[in-house]
Amino acid sequence: MNIKNLLKIALKALNNNKMRCFLTMLGVIIGVGAVIAMLAIGQGSKNSIKAQISEMGSNMIMIFPGAEKHGGVRQSSDDMQTLKPADYEALLRESGTIANITPTVNGQGQWIYGNNNYPSQAQGVNTQYLDIRQRKVAQGEMFTEEDVKNAAKVCVLGQTLVDNLFPAGTDPLGKVIRFGKIPMTVIGVLEEKGYNTMGQDQDDLALVPYTTVMKRVLATDYLQGIQASAIDENQTDRTIEEITGILRSQHKLKETDENNFTIRSMQELAEMISSTSSMMTVLLAAVAGISLLVGGIGIMNIMIVSVTERTREIGLRMSIGATGRDIMMQFLIEAVIISVTGGVLGILTGAVATWMISLFAHWPVQIDAGSVILSFVVCTAIGIIFGFYPAAKASNLDPIEAIRYE
Amino acid sequence: MAKEIIRIENLKRYFKVGEETVKALRGISFTIYEGEFVTIMGTSGSGKSTLLNTLGCLDTPTSGEYLLDGIPVRGMGKNERARIRNRKIGFIFQNYNLLPKTTSIENVELPLLYNSGISAAERAKKAERCLKEVGLADRIYHKSNQMSGGQQQRVAIARALVNDPVIILADEATGNLDTRTSFSILTLFQKLHKEGKTIIFVTHNPEIAQYSSRNITLRDGHIVSDEYNHDIHSAEEVYRNLPVDND
Ligand SMILES: Nc1ncnc2c1ncn2[C@@H]1O[C@H](COP(=O)(O)OP(=O)(O)O)[C@@H](O)[C@H]1O
Ligand SMILES: [Mg+2]
Repeated sequence: MNIKNLLKIALKALNNNKMRCFLTMLGVIIGVGAVIAMLAIGQGSKNSIKAQISEMGSNMIMIFPGAEKHGGVRQSSDDMQTLKPADYEALLRESGTIANITPTVNGQGQWIYGNNNYPSQAQGVNTQYLDIRQRKVAQGEMFTEEDVKNAAKVCVLGQTLVDNLFPAGTDPLGKVIRFGKIPMTVIGVLEEKGYNTMGQDQDDLALVPYTTVMKRVLATDYLQGIQASAIDENQTDRTIEEITGILRSQHKLKETDENNFTIRSMQELAEMISSTSSMMTVLLAAVAGISLLVGGIGIMNIMIVSVTERTREIGLRMSIGATGRDIMMQFLIEAVIISVTGGVLGILTGAVATWMISLFAHWPVQIDAGSVILSFVVCTAIGIIFGFYPAAKASNLDPIEAIRYE
Repeated sequence: MAKEIIRIENLKRYFKVGEETVKALRGISFTIYEGEFVTIMGTSGSGKSTLLNTLGCLDTPTSGEYLLDGIPVRGMGKNERARIRNRKIGFIFQNYNLLPKTTSIENVELPLLYNSGISAAERAKKAERCLKEVGLADRIYHKSNQMSGGQQQRVAIARALVNDPVIILADEATGNLDTRTSFSILTLFQKLHKEGKTIIFVTHNPEIAQYSSRNITLRDGHIVSDEYNHDIHSAEEVYRNLPVDND
C-alpha cells in the first residue's frame, strides 16, 4: 500500500465528517495560536529591552556606595557614605580604560517658576554625563567645567519640566527658576527621549552641576554614585576590575575586607533583564503549550470515537485486503492531517492575533521563524502521539467481528 | 478436467467459549473447480459463515488442509492472508458494507487502493467496467446512501469483481432483499457464472439451490449432502414473471 493511496483514503474519511474534523482542529488551532502569540510577545519585549539598553549604552558602569547587597537587606546610612569626590578624582586620574565618568548626587524637591511648580529632581552630574547617557542638549547649552568648579547655580531642564513650568510655551532659556529655595538659571533644554521600557519618563529631570547639589542642596560630602562608560564595551569586565582596584586602594581596604562599594555594568543588567524576560516567555509559552496538549487529547478522544463508529468500515477494509499496518497508517494519517492542518491554521491565527496586539495594545512583538517551525513540529508530533493509540486499536480489530459490528 | 480453485480436507473449526468448546466445523472436505456456482445451504448455526470466513482467509481453521488456487493457506501470516484476500478473493456480504457518503466508483475502487501495483487510471477503468457489468452504468457517481438495497448490493458485487478474483464468496447476499430484487441479483450471479466465474453462495433459503450448479448442505458442522444440479433453473425467467410492485 503506498502513501498516496493512504492519504487519499484518509482525506476522504475526514471529508465525510467535516464539522467534527473542524471542531477537533479547533483545539489545536487555539493552542498553536496561543503559543505563537505568546512567543511573539516574549520575543518582542526582549528585543525592545535590548534595544533600549544598547541605546542607554551597553558600556555603562555604575558604582554605588555600600557593600554588595545580600538578600535585599537595607543598609544603614553609614554604609551608604563611602563614595567621595576624591574617589571620583582618583578614577579620573588613574584609570586607563574609562571613556567618560561622572559623579551623581540627586536632590529631590520642588521646581518652581512663577505660579507653576513641579516635583522632580536635581540630578547633580558633571559635563561628561551627556556622553555616558547618550543625551544631547536641544536648546541652549550644557553647563561647563567652570560651572562645576564654582558650584554655579545653573540647570539644564528635561522636556517634562519645561512643559510643567512653562505651560504657556515661554522660552525657558535665561529664566531664573527655583529648586526649593535655591534660584537657578536655565541655560539649556535636553533633547526629548520619552519613556523607557520600564515606563520611566526619561525627560522628568534637571541636570545641575554635582558640586551645586552637594554644597547648596544637600550639604553633603558624599556622592550617591559614580557613573562611567568603558572605552571598549567588550572589555567592561576589565574596566570593572580596574575600578575595583583603584577604589580599594583609595578606601585603604585590607586583603580580607569586603568591597564597601558595588559595581554594576549595563551588560550585567541586560543579562538579568533578558533572563527574567526569557523566563516569562517560557512561562507564557508553557501555559499556551498546555492548551495545545488539551487539543492533542481532543484529537485522541475523537479518533477513539471514530474508530468505534467505523468498526464495520475497518472490518470491510480488512476483508478486502487491508493489512493491520494499512489500517494503522490510515488512522495515524487522519490524526496527523487534523493536527498539522490545525497547526497551520493556528500559526495563521497566532499571526493575526499578534498583529492585533501590536496594533491595539502597541506592545512590541516579533514572530520568529523558530517558533513557527517549533509549532509545526510539535503539531505533527502531537498527531502521531495522540493518534497512535486509536490507530493501534483499529489495526488490532478482528475482521470477522468488526464486519458484523452493529 | 477443470482447474482446482479450492480444496479443503478434514477442515475443523472449534471455538472456545468459556469452559465449553463450540464445534462449528467438524471435519469438512470438498473440492471446488473453476467455473462452478456452488450454493452452501443449512439452517442457522450450521456453520456456513464459519466455513465461508475460513475459505475467505479471514479465519484460520483449528485443523485441516486448505489450498486456494493451489496455494496452501495454513500457516500463512496475517499480512499474507490480507494479500491473498486482496488478490484472489471477492467478498459479498448480507448488508452490502459500502462506505457511507461515498460514490459507487469509489466504493468499487477500494480493493485496488490496497494494491500498489495498480495505477489510478487503471483503477478507475476497472471499476467502471465492473459497474457496467453489474448493470449500474448510470449510477457510477451516485453515493451509496442515494441507492436502493438492490443497487447497493450490485455495487458490492462490482467491488467483489474488480480485483479479478479466483473465487467470489457471498454470505446471504440476498438476505436483506425482497423477492423480486433477490431474483434480479440471482440473475446477475447466473450471468457471472455463465461468464466463467467461480462462485460460492451461502444461504439458508433452500429454493436457491435450483439456480446453482452444485449444492452442499451443512448440518451441525458436517456435510450432509453434496450434489450437482443438472437442471439449472433460470432466475431471470422467474424475475420476469414476478409482478412489479407499483407503489
Ligand atoms: N466467534 C465465535 N465464537 C464462538 N462461537 C462461534 C463464533 N462464530 C460462530 N460460532 C458458533 O459456530 C456455530 C456456527 O455459526 P455460523 O458459522 O455463524 O453459522 P451460520 O452462518 O450457518 O448461521 C454457531 O453455533 C455459532 O454460535
Ligand atoms: Mg451466517
